Amino acid sequence: MRVLVLSLALSLVAQALAAFEIEERMSFPVPDAAARLRVISTADAGLFSPFIDAFQARNPGIAVDYVMVSSSQINVALAEEGERFDLAISSAMDLQIQLANDGLARPYRSVATGSLPDWARWRDRVFAFTLEPATVVLSRDAFEGLDLPRTRQDLITALRDNPDRFAGRIGTYDVRESGLGYLFATQDGRTSETFWRLVQVIGGLQPQLYGASAAMIEDVAEGRLAVAYNVLGSYAQLRDDLGERIHLIAPDDFTTVMMRTALIPSTAEATEAAGRFIDHLIETGWTEGGGRFASPGITPGTMSENASLRPIQLGPGLLVYLDRLKRRQFLEEWEAAMVQPR
Amino acid sequence: MSRPRPSPGSIRRRLTLQLLTGAAVMAVVLFLIVYNFAREIGAESQDTILAASATAILDATTVQSGEVRIDIPYSAFTMLDNTADDRVFYRITQDGAGLTGYDDLPAARLDPGASAGFDTVTYRGAALRLATLSRLVSIDGTPARIDVSVGQTRDAQAEMLARILRMTVLLGLGFFAASAGLAVLAGQSTAASLRRLAASVSRRGPADLRPVVAEVPREMRPLVKSLNSLISRLSGALNRTEDFIAEAAHRVRTPLATVRAHADNTLRRVDKEENRAALREMIRAIDESSRAAGQLLDHAMVSLRADQLELTSVALRPLVGELVDRLRPLADLKDMDLHFDDPQDAEIMGDAILIQNAVRNLIDNAIKYAPPETPVEVALTANGGQATLTIRDRGRGFPITGTEGLTGRFARGENAADVVGSGLGLTIAEEVARAHRGTLTIANIDGGPGACVSLSFPLH
Repeated sequence: MRVLVLSLALSLVAQALAAFEIEERMSFPVPDAAARLRVISTADAGLFSPFIDAFQARNPGIAVDYVMVSSSQINVALAEEGERFDLAISSAMDLQIQLANDGLARPYRSVATGSLPDWARWRDRVFAFTLEPATVVLSRDAFEGLDLPRTRQDLITALRDNPDRFAGRIGTYDVRESGLGYLFATQDGRTSETFWRLVQVIGGLQPQLYGASAAMIEDVAEGRLAVAYNVLGSYAQLRDDLGERIHLIAPDDFTTVMMRTALIPSTAEATEAAGRFIDHLIETGWTEGGGRFASPGITPGTMSENASLRPIQLGPGLLVYLDRLKRRQFLEEWEAAMVQPR
Repeated sequence: MSRPRPSPGSIRRRLTLQLLTGAAVMAVVLFLIVYNFAREIGAESQDTILAASATAILDATTVQSGEVRIDIPYSAFTMLDNTADDRVFYRITQDGAGLTGYDDLPAARLDPGASAGFDTVTYRGAALRLATLSRLVSIDGTPARIDVSVGQTRDAQAEMLARILRMTVLLGLGFFAASAGLAVLAGQSTAASLRRLAASVSRRGPADLRPVVAEVPREMRPLVKSLNSLISRLSGALNRTEDFIAEAAHRVRTPLATVRAHADNTLRRVDKEENRAALREMIRAIDESSRAAGQLLDHAMVSLRADQLELTSVALRPLVGELVDRLRPLADLKDMDLHFDDPQDAEIMGDAILIQNAVRNLIDNAIKYAPPETPVEVALTANGGQATLTIRDRGRGFPITGTEGLTGRFARGENAADVVGSGLGLTIAEEVARAHRGTLTIANIDGGPGACVSLSFPLH
């Protein structure tokens, strides 16, 4: 009996230890590691590893453990379970702001963070290091004979006029599952009513719902999708091999721009290494034209010139759509439009 | 035991110090007032924006099918965004039960009947300014109370306060510096009017005893009045003294001269040797008294006039020549040759009466102390910016023990006991020389008996 209780307790502990869902885990060991940096991130390890390699080349002696999770799991791990991580990197700006606002991030100041413009950092805790637009990815084949849309209105018209061609071939984020999808959708909804009309139209065409950008891009390339809405342009940009088959649009009416951010959780232990990693991210992200996450034509300089680029502001406003009631209402509306009975 | 009275010190320093102390107190008061005022305004502005945020949330509260729906406007939180990126917390309750937001966030105390309350609380380790607004909504006819609390950390407040603190400190210091400058000026201008009065009094000539008429501030008028009264009393006293001396000279000399004349006459008629000796003794005593009285009065006159010297141009040759002529009969009595060597004239600025007194006393001394049938030489020279009158005799000279002290009042040489004298002659000459910035030099003639006395005055 006692043995049973003990094993039950042990299994509960084990479950609690790994209650947040890890999607991918990678180690970047170094011989004679002086420090071990534990990174929790929403970016694909494969996409992110060049950052880490460059970091380790400049800072020998720091081993990196990289854990990839979905954006909501970062908050589960840090806020609810108090997991020890030295760095949290996420595309879900709202969740990062919430972590910092709730006092779960450490302040960090350096020459690099001081060089950031005001809108790219918050409270010396959340630091942006990329500018990534939410784009529309089109299949060139599917638009055979049609003008390629340049705005959401164009897209709405194209979808409305050709329901047979597009039925079942529209993909977008399932905002109930994806933090980034929710962030994009809420910002779109905040910016323009056109978004809701587009959602209505998409909802009538039996859309496919996804959890990540990469899969949508893949499906557009494979011809399973004709249109993927709100896809991270940076991911599409990386797929040079698909250049012939897909077409990337940053809508002219407005393009929501997400900033990938990093913060040092309050549970961090290797804070010095974490600080150096943030400096590294800022230096490679901003000064080398966005590094791996670069998007053509989008730099801090062009942001102010191009009126259609709408960067998501780091600030307490992002807490609004995290509100329980607000989220419920938004999802109700979204579901009503998007998940229509056939 | 009386306490020692504080030293009067300097008016300027005291006034400046008092004004500076006042300025320092004013600067501190100014600092406190401005700082507190700014702090209150800062707190009020934060309260205003927190209330606006809570109001925006309340305005977005609706009841749909018996359920409270709250569609928090995006602006409700973006309006709280500030340069310090302050943290924001909120909580919405329905009849005290949490609807959404941070469940452990406290609410600000609402006064009964009030719809808004503000409070400063500590939440999650940070000081939070909290606004709670309350509103009643009707749910199917039942009233329900919705409370919206919006809290914000005070980093921006602290930053603003630090900025205001710096500015206010500068303001206080600037105010103090300006006041200090004015205080120094005020002290100087007060002292200046005193200095002007002092200057106008000290600029006067020694004989100028007119009342002071300088324009002075009202507070100083009593001082000038007392000063003028003092001057007029002094002037009266001086005039009376001079009159008294002249009168005394007349009253003393005349009877003595009469008595001496009688004694002389009597001496001529008396044959008996012992009576003649007595008479000679008497004449000698009269001479001594007459001479002493004359010298005392001379000295008094010299002292009086030297204090308020009236300078006029004085030609020395005629002055000395006249004296030599007047004293020649005295020299003749002792068969002495009184010789005045005057190759050149010299003009100096001085008081003729005083100079006459000095020269007369010196020649008189020479005639008195030198033995009969010896020459007394008076010479006047002018060179090196000085006019020098030298009187030489073939007398016993000054005592070898030294000449110091001989110019003191009533001082007489150790070797002069047998000669009638008051000891005032050199004193008078010395005082006159000093009053004219000149010198009196007394010495013995090298290699022979005799004294040499030099009286020098600066030429113009």
